[in-house]
Amino acid sequence: MAQVTLRRVFKKYDEVPAVRGVDLDIADKEFIVLVGPSGCGKSTTLRMIAGLEEITDGDIAIGGNIVNDVPPKDRDIAMVFQNYALYPHMNVYENMSFGLKLKKTPKQEIDQRVRQAAQILDITELLERKPKQLSGGQRQRVAMGRAIVRNPKVFLFDEPLSNLDAKLRVQMRTEIKKVHQKVRTTTVYVTHDQVEAMTLADRVVVMNAGLIEQVGTPNDLYHSPATKFVAGFIGSPAMNFIPCQLDQAAGALRVRLGDKLAFPVPEDRTARYQPYVGKPNLVLGLRPEHIMETRPHVEPNQHDFDQLIDVVEPMGMETLVYFTLQGIEVCGRVNPNAGAVALQPMKLRADLSNMHLIDDNTGKVL
Amino acid sequence: MTSAATTADAIPRKGKVGSLARQNRWALRGSYAALSVFVVVFLVPPFYMIMTSLKSSAEISAQKGNPWIAHDPTLENFVYLATNAQFQRYFFNSVWVTALVVILSMTIAILAAFSLSRMGFKGSQVISTGVFLTYLVPPSLLFIPLFQIVGNLGLINNTWVLVLLFPTLAVPFCTWIMIGYFSSIPRELDEAALIDGASYPQILLKIFIPVALPGIVAATIFAFTVGWGAFLYPLAYLYSADQAVLTVGIVRELIRGDVFAWGTIMAACVMAAAPPIIIYTFLMDYYVAGLTAGATKG
Repeated sequence: MAQVTLRRVFKKYDEVPAVRGVDLDIADKEFIVLVGPSGCGKSTTLRMIAGLEEITDGDIAIGGNIVNDVPPKDRDIAMVFQNYALYPHMNVYENMSFGLKLKKTPKQEIDQRVRQAAQILDITELLERKPKQLSGGQRQRVAMGRAIVRNPKVFLFDEPLSNLDAKLRVQMRTEIKKVHQKVRTTTVYVTHDQVEAMTLADRVVVMNAGLIEQVGTPNDLYHSPATKFVAGFIGSPAMNFIPCQLDQAAGALRVRLGDKLAFPVPEDRTARYQPYVGKPNLVLGLRPEHIMETRPHVEPNQHDFDQLIDVVEPMGMETLVYFTLQGIEVCGRVNPNAGAVALQPMKLRADLSNMHLIDDNTGKVL
Repeated sequence: MTSAATTADAIPRKGKVGSLARQNRWALRGSYAALSVFVVVFLVPPFYMIMTSLKSSAEISAQKGNPWIAHDPTLENFVYLATNAQFQRYFFNSVWVTALVVILSMTIAILAAFSLSRMGFKGSQVISTGVFLTYLVPPSLLFIPLFQIVGNLGLINNTWVLVLLFPTLAVPFCTWIMIGYFSSIPRELDEAALIDGASYPQILLKIFIPVALPGIVAATIFAFTVGWGAFLYPLAYLYSADQAVLTVGIVRELIRGDVFAWGTIMAACVMAAAPPIIIYTFLMDYYVAGLTAGATKG
């Protein structure tokens, strides 16, 4: 059993706070991804779990034992680094067996574990090679192999795919997922790439400015973001944020975007949004896929509007259209055959059943 | 694309003025010319040394024919030195002094550099700079105060004084080289070893020393040169023949008043120069090997 628990964990570098009170419970066998922009404290958090950084305040427990003052080697963890950190003078076999040798594991067991890990990662034929004779993807596998042979309680990954090219990154992402399905070890994975976070994680932890913004499954974060930051960080292209007001006309609650455009609020949300009528600094959050071309049949909560298109970006399976609303550039996703032309007006459709209303003062999704 | 290609075709080709290939060719010719001058300036003295060492005293004093070629090459100078007990003594003294100086200096330098570059304790930055500054004090200024210290220690005219003093010249520079080299080793490498369960001494022995071998070779060559080639300190501190080392011994033994035994002097110089040349050639292979490739991405 290897749960990892962080309680009010702080980290300061010379009075500069890097992590400002993180609380997190990671279940046994869970794959957790810490994601956020650079400088958000995600790597520092991981390194504190590893024991490579001392914590300024709070508690970290692995498998129920508090490890605040336990050196890295006694925490029973394994870490994969962004630049692989393979020992350049040792071959792959020696790299993978180094930790076991230091622990005085019997030779036969070392051999068995190295070969087993090599088989899982499909690197058996590379065991005699030196790191410099390997490609980036192979080095990454060896780095994972070095972690697997130790059979640790927790795997820690620090942006392991950032040094690979785009195609290899997708491939290795699948590999990492497969390995986790095979070995079922509790994993904490740090990345700045939200696609990696969404595809790999059982639960994603979104961090910003040293704090956790939201913890949830990839679907939770995508469909029910708690804050404007999460709403904007998860999803590509990013969610549109359009300044709006709530007003009431003929008994119906409406989201007003400027003088000419107003959409009725979906019925199931009217009660929730009622208190914000007439309040300033409200923002409508609408994902690009909820702005589409008009269609013959009308579904509930969908509303057509005419709009002058600024830019058209054909992507193949869809076309992105950009236009300006309330002085903000807004992105929509339309069918490639919908006839979107730059600098021409187009009839678009907004699907408000997936709208978010955000208080711009607090950054909270209402 | 198409329009760009058409434009390129339309431009008339006036030879390859300023092309990269041409520039490279000229750079290559220029560097060969400069290197040739360098080679001549630096290789003529050793060449003359070797030629003279192969001449008999008669041939040297005859002043006939081309002085750049040994017309009647002989090994008599080398045989004389190899069988001369005094010369053997100098050679032996130089060998053991240098060996101890290298071992002592490198041990201190590697340990100091590892702690200064990796342990990040308070003031490590200041100490690193301080170490280098001590190297900037000219040894020729130091030997007078050092004479006082050595005298008080009762080590005047004792070869061990060199084992004590040479590291003070070699350690700062060796430490500086090793700090630079250790700092270039990515920090993730020791962190990975730390997680793998290695202690600091194990990290140094099993990771840093093998990875930094080219740097260690460079520093060792330097320490060796300090121990083997020094003239001023042995001249100042050692006066009796049995304590002298090779550099001073050659001058004392083979120049008697105004009589210069040129053939023997040159043969002694060749024999004194041989060990560094052999060691340099042997270690250069390691030096060039570039062992750090593949440690991380790149």
